[in-house]
Amino acid sequence: MLLYVVSTVFVCYLSFRSVVSVPVWNALFWIIMLFASLNAVGRSFIQERKGRLLYYYSIASPQAFLLAKMLYNALLMLVITFLAYAIYAWWIGDLVQDHLTFMLALVLGSTGFALILTLMSAIASKTENNMSLMAILSFPVQLPFLITLIKLSKNAVDGLDPSISYNLIIVLVMIIMIVLALSYILFPYLWRD
Amino acid sequence: MLKIGETSTQILGLAWWKWVSIVLVLFALTAGMILDVPKLPILHETIRNLYYHVTQWFGMMIILTASLVYSIIHLAKGDRRSDIIASEGVNVALFMGVLGLLTGMLWAKNTWGTYWTGDAKLNGVAMGMLVYLAYTVLRGSMDEEQKRGRVSAVYNIFAYVMFMVFIMVLPRMTDSLHPGNGGNPGFGGYDLNSNMRIVFYPAIIGWTLLGVWFINIRVRMKSIIERRNAK
Repeated sequence: MLLYVVSTVFVCYLSFRSVVSVPVWNALFWIIMLFASLNAVGRSFIQERKGRLLYYYSIASPQAFLLAKMLYNALLMLVITFLAYAIYAWWIGDLVQDHLTFMLALVLGSTGFALILTLMSAIASKTENNMSLMAILSFPVQLPFLITLIKLSKNAVDGLDPSISYNLIIVLVMIIMIVLALSYILFPYLWRD
Repeated sequence: MLKIGETSTQILGLAWWKWVSIVLVLFALTAGMILDVPKLPILHETIRNLYYHVTQWFGMMIILTASLVYSIIHLAKGDRRSDIIASEGVNVALFMGVLGLLTGMLWAKNTWGTYWTGDAKLNGVAMGMLVYLAYTVLRGSMDEEQKRGRVSAVYNIFAYVMFMVFIMVLPRMTDSLHPGNGGNPGFGGYDLNSNMRIVFYPAIIGWTLLGVWFINIRVRMKSIIERRNAK
């Protein structure tokens, strides 16, 4: 996973050499993160073998299992996102002016991606050709989240006053809460198999 | 919905609500063109599109809501009928969404100057359509009936909530050209005079009933095909 992020950033470094502008720097970083999250979290249900799932099914309630998965994925994404940012800033250059807000964007972004993709992975694992379906199912759901995230982190990179971004932060937190609540309610129906 | 079609009072061989739908849609089409409308700058006569674009979207949302209800029923009871109705509801709603999108694009061309803008509401709608198209792909990728019904019902509920967030909440938080969003007043605020309401509300009911009729036909088609396959 880390290798994936490193090689993607390196490819971007080779193709861009130096940063063209702030919007490009910002959008490029989040697009890398979008695909990294799809690869990292998208596997979480698909990789599991039938026997292991049966074992989990017998020892834990669906809600507990889902929350554990989400927690693990969120932490995983958090680590990957911060490492990716470090490598990205080291090779391509760090343009961020308001680091605190940018860190908040990183935390919100990685949590949101992890939560959305956990549920989508659970759905996609029920089908036969799951990896391609994973992208079809999750991209449209992720994109509005991603666009809001890009706006927030652009504000942070430009060093605008944080009070401008409160609206965006509220939207992101709201989407995360909605996804969490829906997954909590709906997952038991997927789990019973 | 199947039940209504079979048992309701028939007039000239058609259920009464189908006649209502025909009359209301024809009324909206003709009266919408003939009746007086308020003269407003920029909008001018294109305000008549309110009778078609907006009402089609309303009809689509009502049908999507019905589809959501049937998905919830399916999760609770696990019967086949509600699963079929929910999925056909999404298909018909997608069709009406495309109609609404086309009429909306014509309207945008005549008032904002282009067919498509990067408006928050337009992007939200495009994403929402993709979410529902993904629903149809998801259904197509599973063979086992029970599993398909349950998994697609789960995705349908998720899709509905996300769709509402995309088109109702996000545009209101940012700048938007759409009336009623981004600080703009809604249409009701300044120009839905009583004359326009006479056409507007019947048009919504008419489109919705027409959508129900489509669903009714498609559900019957599905069950006939299944009965034939079972033989």
